[in-house]
Amino acid sequence: MSEFGTYFSIFFAAVFTNNILLTNYLGMCSFLGASREIKTASGLGTAVVFVMAITSALNWLVYNYLLLPFGLEYLRFIIFIVVIAAFVQLAEMIIERVSQRLYHALGIFLPLITVNCAILGVSLFMVIRSYGFWQSFAYGAGSGVGWALAILAMAGIRQKMAKSKIPRGLEGAGIALIIAGIMALAFIGFNGMIS
Amino acid sequence: MTAFLIALAVTSAVTTILAVLMVIADAYINDYGEVTITVNDDKKFTVEGGSSLLSTLKEQEVFIPSACGGRGSCGLCKVKVVEGGGDVLPTEEPWLTDEEKKDSVRLSCQLKVRSDMRLQIAEELLNVKQFTATVASLRDLTYDIKEVILALDEPGSIEFKAGQFIQLEVPEYELTDEPVYRAYSIASPPSQHNRIEMEIRYVPNGICTTYVHKHLKEGDKVTINGPYGEFHLKDTDKEMICIAGGSGMAPIKAILLDMVEKGSKRKVQYFFGARAVKDLFLLDEMKALESKLSGFKFIPALSEPDAEDKWEGDTGLITEVVARHVPDASTMEAYLCGSPFMIDACVKVLKEKGMPEEDIFYDKFA
Repeated sequence: MSEFGTYFSIFFAAVFTNNILLTNYLGMCSFLGASREIKTASGLGTAVVFVMAITSALNWLVYNYLLLPFGLEYLRFIIFIVVIAAFVQLAEMIIERVSQRLYHALGIFLPLITVNCAILGVSLFMVIRSYGFWQSFAYGAGSGVGWALAILAMAGIRQKMAKSKIPRGLEGAGIALIIAGIMALAFIGFNGMIS
Repeated sequence: MTAFLIALAVTSAVTTILAVLMVIADAYINDYGEVTITVNDDKKFTVEGGSSLLSTLKEQEVFIPSACGGRGSCGLCKVKVVEGGGDVLPTEEPWLTDEEKKDSVRLSCQLKVRSDMRLQIAEELLNVKQFTATVASLRDLTYDIKEVILALDEPGSIEFKAGQFIQLEVPEYELTDEPVYRAYSIASPPSQHNRIEMEIRYVPNGICTTYVHKHLKEGDKVTINGPYGEFHLKDTDKEMICIAGGSGMAPIKAILLDMVEKGSKRKVQYFFGARAVKDLFLLDEMKALESKLSGFKFIPALSEPDAEDKWEGDTGLITEVVARHVPDASTMEAYLCGSPFMIDACVKVLKEKGMPEEDIFYDKFA
């Protein structure tokens, strides 16, 4: 397979077959919390794509050029978190300064996802799978797109469901978790599409 | 050992570099320079941009009422931003009605000051200041109502309208781990510029009432801000009905004392409701007003007098007493202060007696 083909398959595997949200169940809290409306979900989804792609690349550099040479792989949890947090803060400041419209669409969601476990998860998986730099970037972007896709689908379903009758004990998070489970089953159908 | 030191050095280096980066970014990117905030087209403030409108205004001693302290969870700090506010943020969305959005009302704790702004703030709010005061006297009016008199230190004088309230700051103590603010009506007349009188009823486990009843001592320093509120005497000649229950006495007392001082000739009937004799207070003081205020009649009423009370005055629910004394309220004006339950019941009775809703003014304890 050509080099481009590898990136492509990593990207699509991350979006569909290995969807970080639906197969690893990472990033559930914001997934449940912000999936009531498509508008919020798309804002948060875009923010996650952006942050995941960049932080996985950043963390790849930190890991390979700083932690590995010193034999400090075990510090990756704490260092990755710090890098992610700092990057998100910086990104928020810059976006707020540069573009009001972008800040509205994206910026206000950034602080929300600083502590999103899916973001850290992507950085950690990239180490486990020993991806290269651009592979990590493709994996981060793919995972972000996959997460955004899942939350958008969820928001669409929940918006449609807002008017339907749900047994009282299942209202809110209960029914949302059941839907997430069914969606995960559906996504497993993508298995085998990309090997 | 060296492995440990290396780990420490790398971790510190990474965090320090990032921290320095953040500080630099904060200084350069977050620097919005000086901006001008124009309030009501006549007051201009030159301020540093970059903070929320609420805290920026506070620095300029413009106090916008806010119960949550800027976390965007109470929705009180609404301000009309005519210019320079940008679009409504998703964090403000839940607190604003469509009408307010059209009227460019914003939540000042969420809105960041980035450029020159033009605001419209009610004149009354511009009058709001923060005061430090000393507790001059504490007196038990009943077994559960305390009269608190504060002597203002800095600034030493307050301007307010009879009927308005202030917010008392409760510092951190065993029931709260952050300062909270609670509203209390001013019971003293506006002519007393350097003293504030309040009547505070004890509520079991109430953060502020417990503080006042169990912890506050004469000579203590407290912080208040105010005055606030739309509840004050309207400038008409209509005959008045005042109804109060319990510590609802406070703003009505201020209104009556103010009328005495201004030599008002308006007719007033003041219904003061309590459960039993032990819940009544300031009876002599109110009775004495009848000779100073020509058209004034004080009617205390008990709903459940104790057997040993030997009560000869009115009895019954305050609504029944009002209904008995007032055959036709269509040309009168009413001022009510008390629990939401009492106010709703009184409004209903007054409307039955023909009083137009727009002539009923009230201050509900929330």
